[in-house]
Amino acid sequence: MISNAALTDLIIKMADDELIQGHRNSEWTGLGPVMEEDIAFSSMAQDKIGHAWALYRILHENLGGEDPDRFAFMRPESAFKCSHLVEMPNGGYDFSLMRHFLFDHAETVRYESLQESSYEPFQQLSKKLKGELKYHTLHANAFILQLSNASEEGYARMQTALNDTIALAAGIFEPSAAHEETLITEKVYPGEKALYNRWLDRIYPVLVKASLNLPDMKTVAPVYGGRQGFHTTHLAPLLKEMGEVFNLDTEASW
Amino acid sequence: MYGGGYIFDEPNGKQLREEQLHDDPEKLVAFEERIARGEKIEPGDWMPAEYRRQLIRLIEQHAHSEIIGALPEGTWITRAPGFKRKLALIAKVQDEIGHGQLLYNAAETLGKSREAMINDLLSGKSKYSNVFNYPAKTWADVTVIGFLIDAAAIVNQVANAKGSYGPYCRALERICYEESFHLKQGHDAFIELATGTPEQKAMLQDALNRWWQPIMHFFGPPDKTSQHSEKLMQWKVKMASNDEMRNQFLDSYVPKIWELGLTLPDPALRKNPDTGRWEYTDPDWNEFFRVINGGGPCNAERLQVRKWAEEEGRWVRKALMNPTERRSLPVA
Repeated sequence: MISNAALTDLIIKMADDELIQGHRNSEWTGLGPVMEEDIAFSSMAQDKIGHAWALYRILHENLGGEDPDRFAFMRPESAFKCSHLVEMPNGGYDFSLMRHFLFDHAETVRYESLQESSYEPFQQLSKKLKGELKYHTLHANAFILQLSNASEEGYARMQTALNDTIALAAGIFEPSAAHEETLITEKVYPGEKALYNRWLDRIYPVLVKASLNLPDMKTVAPVYGGRQGFHTTHLAPLLKEMGEVFNLDTEASW
Repeated sequence: MYGGGYIFDEPNGKQLREEQLHDDPEKLVAFEERIARGEKIEPGDWMPAEYRRQLIRLIEQHAHSEIIGALPEGTWITRAPGFKRKLALIAKVQDEIGHGQLLYNAAETLGKSREAMINDLLSGKSKYSNVFNYPAKTWADVTVIGFLIDAAAIVNQVANAKGSYGPYCRALERICYEESFHLKQGHDAFIELATGTPEQKAMLQDALNRWWQPIMHFFGPPDKTSQHSEKLMQWKVKMASNDEMRNQFLDSYVPKIWELGLTLPDPALRKNPDTGRWEYTDPDWNEFFRVINGGGPCNAERLQVRKWAEEEGRWVRKALMNPTERRSLPVA
């Protein structure tokens, strides 16, 4: 029997990352550098938010969690377990693109591992999302390569963006002190350390092709805290905005 | 969505007059015969210069309306209440940008580049629908836009889809198909508020009151004051008169609004049982011209946002246009 507390913790972390990353992606709607990118970011926003919704539903239907809308739109900031990477404001397209690249590869290795999970709902969900994630990483890779290789400015911007995001992205893989061992032993997933290594294996060849320098990861201190409910100053205003209408009347149907 | 039947012409611009047409009269006759037979004109075909100019103007304004139209609703994506509404709204606004893309492509077949069109939008030379120069103040505004502005746009686009220029018609067919889903989601969200709590109903009524004049403006000035419509209708650039489309819209949607127990801020609004046509108080047409010439509540803001996006994205576009240049790193 897999521990419900451990599963719940993992699902909330994954779902909150998806929700907040989706929220940030959706902020590009109407503002992209070219219309085609506008459309791409909106499309990925829908996918991410859809993933979050699916995970909150697993929580609701199998683990006694709250209704997904109420859970997403009414929780206080300290109950969120997203990583700091997704909380950061969009910045320029360079920052957003690099975050998308690092996040989507992390998401992909995670869901790939869940295809083998001992937890049945994870198996089903990860099979369903496989196709979507393939396009997200294809998109990220193509743009990282194009922008880095096409001009000096693009290259400089991509390298700066990588330098600015890498420690935050490494923070995605913050292990849970309480539940990590249980989840690995119960074969729910291979654990954060294993995912982190697989992630590096994925991003490294793309960065090399783009001539971008990945900092020595031994010297990069991952930005942790999000998984324990400690957040950047950017999350609270985001959540306030997200719940602005819903919280006018949480009993009403919208 | 789209800005109705009004094709803006610069105040000092040339109005379409028969004597200004310097086209080969024989070709012109053949061209007009093709249109009369219901044939579509395709990009490589001969066409009068004025037909090309008017079409570019029409399609370009339509395209601009799509991308500017994404902004008032777009600001509510991050605030949409609940997963269902949030996902539907992102998908909808994304579609609008996609429509912009389709339409810029259609206009490009007439010889004006997307870049040139966007530059004209940013300089204020080229217009877009007035309706997007009003603020979306509450969530209820999003439902009014999603239901009624999209409905009005469909009336216009269904008519234009039967026009004479092939690429525009084909783009519109696809757009109308997607718009019918937008209308459904708008209607659904609108009804949710109309049948909701007293606060939700009040919010909706307030939004409806504020949006009624822009909606009445949507199809453009009354036929009696509209210029250069006749030739455009003969060429099937313009497919229905402004008053015709306005009447069709009122006929379909006013009863639906009234049925929900909502009111409209025009005591004279009624369908005349003898003529079968809707009667209403003329909206303030001075306001219409004030807004189209840049004086609306959000004109400056909308263009500023677009300018920001253009400026911020310049390096990306430049890098995308540069597919072959490879960086080479020093060996050592």
